[in-house]
Amino acid sequence: MMIRTRGLTRHFTRHQQTVEAVRGLDLDVREGELVAFLGPNGAGKSTTLRMLTTLIAPTSGTAEVAGYDVVRDQRDVRRSIGYVGQGNGAGHQQRGRDELVSQARSFGMSRAAARARAEELLDAFDLTEHAGRPVSTLSGGQRRRLDIAIGLVQSPRVMFLDEPSTGLDPQNRVNLQEQVRRLHHERGTTIVLTTHYLEEADAIADRVVVIDHGLVIADDTATALKSGLGDLVTLALATESDAVAAAEHGSRRLPGASVDRTGTVVRLRAPRASEAAPGLVTDLAGAGVGITRMEVASATLDDVFLDLTGRSLRESNETSTPDLEGAVA
Amino acid sequence: MSTATTLPSPGFVLDTWNVMTRELRPVLREPASVLFAMVQPLVFLALFAPLLPDTGDGSALQWFVPGIVAMTTLMGATFTGANLMQEMVTGSHERLLVSPLSRSSLLVGRALKEIVPMLMQTAIIVAVCTPFSFDLHLGGILVAVVILAGFSIGIGALSFALALAAKDQDWLFWTVQQTVIFPLLLLAGVLLPLEGAPGWLQLLSDLNPLTYVVEAVRPLFAGEYPLDTIGAGLLASAVVAVLGLVVGLRAMRASS
Repeated sequence: MMIRTRGLTRHFTRHQQTVEAVRGLDLDVREGELVAFLGPNGAGKSTTLRMLTTLIAPTSGTAEVAGYDVVRDQRDVRRSIGYVGQGNGAGHQQRGRDELVSQARSFGMSRAAARARAEELLDAFDLTEHAGRPVSTLSGGQRRRLDIAIGLVQSPRVMFLDEPSTGLDPQNRVNLQEQVRRLHHERGTTIVLTTHYLEEADAIADRVVVIDHGLVIADDTATALKSGLGDLVTLALATESDAVAAAEHGSRRLPGASVDRTGTVVRLRAPRASEAAPGLVTDLAGAGVGITRMEVASATLDDVFLDLTGRSLRESNETSTPDLEGAVA
Repeated sequence: MSTATTLPSPGFVLDTWNVMTRELRPVLREPASVLFAMVQPLVFLALFAPLLPDTGDGSALQWFVPGIVAMTTLMGATFTGANLMQEMVTGSHERLLVSPLSRSSLLVGRALKEIVPMLMQTAIIVAVCTPFSFDLHLGGILVAVVILAGFSIGIGALSFALALAAKDQDWLFWTVQQTVIFPLLLLAGVLLPLEGAPGWLQLLSDLNPLTYVVEAVRPLFAGEYPLDTIGAGLLASAVVAVLGLVVGLRAMRASS
């Protein structure tokens, strides 16, 4: 097991109030997994990552990373992991190449080995021509690539990325996701990342751990999470009586579906509802019920989050105050 | 672990060297950056020195310049925490905390680096003043620089501790820094001699380690070697160095 936590808990005290940022997390991550912690700002994702990377100590509970205890064996944990934080790993006054060499030396590499490794990474991340410039003059995307390169210097067994794509434009975000996926496929590196972007968790992770209010509320593959919730079939009908008839036909064709009728609109949600939709259309045509509009949509992770918490993750991100993140920083 | 705290391991030495050379790179790449801490001392040198009584033999400048060197050392070493604060805000400090570098090396390497800008600044002031009836006594300056080195390590370490405590609150760092330096300078008799000062002021001056540093550096710059004054200067500088490192190490170990 690459990561194993039991009852991992972290409290912060702020203005004489105790905030339970992470509440008794039990998590197992096998070697070679690519896991995304998904949740709104302040959910406890980053706090969890900061405990796993030895930056902060747990209030209670235990965590092991690469077989080492995050409190007792901090040095060994640090030697085993790569870390890309929310900020820039490379100092803004430094040059990219120097930072790579310095990081490699901190792992005990010889000067020659450190230089060779730096060139290798600069080349892999397409940074060679920018390596001699002060980091402050690099673009956001270049800096992020440099941060990842620094995190990879010692070819870590497990890589942690904290909100890696926050602040990047859509193009750079896609590039970054591509790099993370490649790293996972080519080297089999275990990767844990946090994100509050649904699309990101969906696009790159094998496994999505949904965290809210310091608790894991779901933990599965993105596909399983979505298919568990099922597809949404929306029918608009000419009259209300047609709508009532459509709702009846729908629950007959899709046993167990959740059916919701509002006026002349009927919403049916059930696993594999998209496959049953053509048959439903035939049923309704045979019964003389006129459909004016029809939509079939697969569930998104936002639907999953909404189903689990009653809140939309998209809206939580927009409205939540970054209270906890501030306490963590 | 208990041996690592009493006896520096080879890992600690390598880590410290790594941190120190990393800190030095921006200074050596842009040597003009050391001028930043020198703006105020150079203003004093240009606008205050001409007001000194003309003794005919240039002894006033001889008295004044070592104080300006000490002032530059103090300025540079107190400013240095601002670099760490920037690294805390942009994220590279966090990356170093997660790297295998020990917490102690992150502080000690940074503090030791302070010696280099101090040497560069001292060289600039001496070079600027030597054409103006200021006698160059290289041997004395070398001893003076040893005293200033200990002082700059200690003050630098305190500045890092202040940065770690201030976190992202720049104003807190600069308020404390500005509030501390001018009383230290005035009480050390950098601008005006404190002979004839009232007793309470004399007492505060006696408690100020910078007083002993300045008093030791003055004769040394003039090529004189009064052993008791030099000894007191070395002791004050060593006390500041040890105190600064102890406080700095505590702050760095608590950093997250």
